[in-house]
Amino acid sequence: MNQHLQQQDGYGQLATDLLAKAKRGGATEADIIIADGETFSVQVRLGAVDRLTKAREKHLGLRVFVGKRSASTSTSDFSADSLGRLVTETCTLAKAVVEDQVSGLPAADQMAGEKPDLDLYDSTRLNTEQQIELAKRVEAAAMSMDERVTNSEGGDFDSSSVRVVLGNSHGFLGEYPSSSFAMSVSPVATDPETGAMQRDSWYSVQRKFSKLDSPEEVGLEAARRTVRKLGAKKVATQRVPVIFDSETAGSLMGNLCSAVSGYSLYKGASFLAGQLEKPLAPEYVTVYDDGRVVGGLGSRPFDGEGLPTRKTTVVERGVLKSYLLDTYSGRKLGLPSTGNASRSVGENPSVGPTNFFLVPGTKTAQDIIKTVKQGLYVTDLIGFGINMVTGDYSRGAAGFWIEGGELAYPVEEITIAGNLKEMFAGIEMIGSDLVFRGRIASPTVKIAEMMVAGD
Amino acid sequence: MGELVQLTSFGLTEGEVLGALGRVKVRDVDYADLYFESCVSESVSMEESLVKRATKSVSQGVGVRATAGEKTGFAYSDELTKKDLELAADTARYIANSPSGAEQVPAPVRQRPTRDLYPIERVQAEVATADRVALLNAIDAEARRYDPRIKNVMASFNTEYKVVIVATSDGTLIGDVQPLSRLQVTCIAEENGQRQAGSFGGGGRVGFQFYHEGDRYLRFAREAAREAILNLSAVEAPAGVMPVVLGGGWPGILLHEAIGHGLEADFNRKKTSAFSNLLGKRVASDVCTIVDDGTLPGRRGSLNMDDEGTPTGRTTLIERGILRGFITDKLNARLMGIPVTGNGRRESYKSVVLPRMTNTFMLAGTSDPEDIIRSVDRGLYAVTFGGGQVDITNGKFVFSASEAYLIEGGKVTRPVKGATLIGSGPEILTKVSMVGHDLKLDEGIGTCGKEGQSVPVGVGLPTIRVDEITVGGTQR
Repeated sequence: MNQHLQQQDGYGQLATDLLAKAKRGGATEADIIIADGETFSVQVRLGAVDRLTKAREKHLGLRVFVGKRSASTSTSDFSADSLGRLVTETCTLAKAVVEDQVSGLPAADQMAGEKPDLDLYDSTRLNTEQQIELAKRVEAAAMSMDERVTNSEGGDFDSSSVRVVLGNSHGFLGEYPSSSFAMSVSPVATDPETGAMQRDSWYSVQRKFSKLDSPEEVGLEAARRTVRKLGAKKVATQRVPVIFDSETAGSLMGNLCSAVSGYSLYKGASFLAGQLEKPLAPEYVTVYDDGRVVGGLGSRPFDGEGLPTRKTTVVERGVLKSYLLDTYSGRKLGLPSTGNASRSVGENPSVGPTNFFLVPGTKTAQDIIKTVKQGLYVTDLIGFGINMVTGDYSRGAAGFWIEGGELAYPVEEITIAGNLKEMFAGIEMIGSDLVFRGRIASPTVKIAEMMVAGD
Repeated sequence: MGELVQLTSFGLTEGEVLGALGRVKVRDVDYADLYFESCVSESVSMEESLVKRATKSVSQGVGVRATAGEKTGFAYSDELTKKDLELAADTARYIANSPSGAEQVPAPVRQRPTRDLYPIERVQAEVATADRVALLNAIDAEARRYDPRIKNVMASFNTEYKVVIVATSDGTLIGDVQPLSRLQVTCIAEENGQRQAGSFGGGGRVGFQFYHEGDRYLRFAREAAREAILNLSAVEAPAGVMPVVLGGGWPGILLHEAIGHGLEADFNRKKTSAFSNLLGKRVASDVCTIVDDGTLPGRRGSLNMDDEGTPTGRTTLIERGILRGFITDKLNARLMGIPVTGNGRRESYKSVVLPRMTNTFMLAGTSDPEDIIRSVDRGLYAVTFGGGQVDITNGKFVFSASEAYLIEGGKVTRPVKGATLIGSGPEILTKVSMVGHDLKLDEGIGTCGKEGQSVPVGVGLPTIRVDEITVGGTQR
C-alpha cells in the first residue's frame, strides 16, 4: 500500500517535470494525462475455466501548444529517455501543423477547484478463486433455468481499477481513482422442434462490488431473454408504433448524445446543428447529462481537460437546451465548455457523455405495451445504419410482435426505419424503468410510428 | 524475405525468453507463447481547410499465453524486464493443474517469414509530417473544386508501424514488421438547407507512394465529394423483400458478415454458430466460391504470418456452394482436429488470439455486370456500404448501404438514401443467381471487431445478383 502511495505522488511529480520540460522545449501551454490501472478478467464456459486474463498497464498522454499550433502524443514506455524524446517530438510535431485560432487550454480560472467525493472507487480485491466462482455461478444460473438453454458463450467476471492523473501548465494537478466490477453471461437456447438457436446475454456492472446484482439474478434474466426468442419469425412490411425496451431506448439516447456533440455540430455533421432552443420532442421529454452522480458509471470529478463536471440540461420539456462541449468545440460554436471533454490517452480531447439519461415517466413497460393494438416491441438492434448528418435511421431489429396490447410472438430478420428528428418528435410515452447499466440510460420509449420492413 | 527481427530491439536475450517460456510451459500446459510487440502510430488530420491535428502514439509490451485443453491463461505487461516476464508467465500458467516448476522447452529455431508481402523499408514508412500535410491540403482543394456545394472536407492520414516477435513452446522464434496506413476523406455537401455526407478511403500495408500512384489520393477526394453531392438528390429507400444487385469491391462486406464470422472456428467448436453442423452441406448456390486469403501483396488484411507465427494461407470456405472449411488458430485447430489455417490474430499484445478473417472474397463468375442489372425489373443496386454486423448464433446479419440506386425495368434510375439490408447467413448465398466476371477487392479501409478487438481486414466481390433480401427503407 505504501509503495502504491509513493507511486501516486511519483506521477504528480512526473507530470510536473514533463510540463516544465515541454515549456523549455518551446511549448507555450501543455497538459498531461497518466492512466495506471490493473485488470483481471475470468471467463468460464460450461462450468470450466475458459480464459483468465490479468494485467497492469499504464499510459501517458501529452498535448502541447506552441502558440496556436498543437500536437498530442502518448507512450506506454515510462523510461526517462523515452519520455524525454516524447516531449521533444511533440513540440516538433506541433510546429509542423498550421495555426488554429481557437486552440489552447481552458482559461486558468475555470479549472476544477473543489474535490467532490463521488465514491467511484472500491478497494475490494477478489482473488482468482472468488472471481472464478462468481463467473461459474452466473453461468450455472443461466443454464439451469430452462432445459432449452443448451449451450453457452460463457459467463464472465471482470474487475478493474484505474488511477487517472491530469496536470496542465496552468498549475492544475488533479487525480482520482475509480473501479469497476462487471458480470455477464451469454446463454444459447435451442428450439427443440426446429433445432434453431438463439443467443442473448445479461449483465450487471457497478463501481462497487457490493452493488452488483447477484449472479443468480443476472443468470436467470439472461436465460429468460434468450429462451423467449425461440421461434422468432419475420413479419410483413408495414408502418406501426414501435416500443423500444430500456436497452434499445438507451441506444436512441446514444444517438442523441452523438448528435449534440460539439465536434459533429461545428463540422455541420449533425442533424441538430443550429437547433438550440428549438423544439426537439414533446414537452414530457427531458434529458440530462450529470457528471456528479455519486457512484455513477460515467461520473468523474473533472473532465479530460481538468474542468469541473456538472449537470447539464440537454433537453428540457422537449426543447433542445444545450450541446455537450469541451473547450475547443465550444469555442468553435461560441459557447462555454460544458465539462464534457473526454480524453483517451494519446488522443486529442473529444466530447463524451458522463451520465446521460432520459428522465423517466410514470408508466410501466407493461402499461405502454397495452396501448398498442398492432406494433413492434424492440429488444435488439444490430448494424450501423444511421446517417448523423441527416438523422436518417435504418437498423436491423428483433423483438416481439404486439397484438391487442400483448406480446404475441418473437420476431427477427426485420429492419426499422425512420428519421431520428421525427422519431424524437414522435415519442408518445416514456416508461418508469430507468436503470443505469452504463454511461447512457433510458427507460422504455414508445414512438408513434416507424416503417418495419420484413416479408 | 521478411526481416529477421531481433529480440535485442526489445532489450531481451534469447535465454531470458526461453526461460519465461519454460516457466509457463508446465506439465499440463499444451502450448504456450510469448508475443512481443512494439507499435508506433501516427495521424494527421484536416478540417475546415486546416491541417490542425497531429498525434503520435508509442506502445510496447508482451503478451504471455498458456493453453491447456480448452483453457487459456493470459497475462500482459508493458514492462519487458525478466521479472515482469516471469510474473506474466506465472499468471498465464495458473490455468494448468500442474505445480510450478519449469519444463524444458525445445530451443526455438529462429525463422523469418517465407513471404514478404509488404517490403517497405523503415525509412519509407517514416513520412515527413510536411508531406502528409501537403497531401491533405491537396485533397481539400480537389474536393472543393469538384463541386461548390462541398462545404467541408475532413481528411485524415494514419500510419502504423508494428514490429512483432512470437516465441512458441513448439519451437518457433519468428518476427515480422507490419506497416499499415490508411487515408480517409469525408465531405459534407449543402444545398437549400439540406446537408449530406459522403466518404471514401483506402490504404493497405503500403508505402506513402501508394497514395500518389495514378493520383489515388485525388480520386479518393473526388469519390467522397461525388457521394455527398449524389446523396443530396437521393429519394427515400424502398422497404421490403426485393432483388438486390451488389456492385464489386467493398460490398463484399456481405461475405464477411453473412458467412465469414460464422465460419470462424471458435464459434463452431463451441457449437454456437448457425454453421456448426453444415460442413460439406450446401450453403450457397453453385456459382459461389469464397476464399479467405492472407497472402495478397500489400493488402490491408494480409500478413506474412499470423500472430502465432503460422504462415498465412488461402482457405477455401465455400466451393461451388458447398461449405468446405473453417478458419482457425492453433487452439481451435487442435481441439477440433482440423488444419491450422494461419488465421490466429490479435489486436495487440494486450489481447488474446482469436481466429479472424484476413481478406475474404468471392471468386469471379461468368456473367456480364450489365446483364445482371438488366435482369432486375424492380430492385436495388447498392455499390457502397458503411458497416455491418452479425449475430452468429441465429445467423442474422445486416449491412448498410451508403450509395444505392433503384433499378426500374432493368435500368439503374434514381439514387436512394442509405438503408440497412438484413438477411440470414446460411440462406442468403443460396439466393445468389448471377456472379459477374468483374471481381474487385476493396480499397483497404476495413476494420473488423470481435470480442472488443479490432483488426484490419479486406473484402472483395464481383457484381452479383441476390434474388431476394429485405431492404430497410421507409417507402412501401
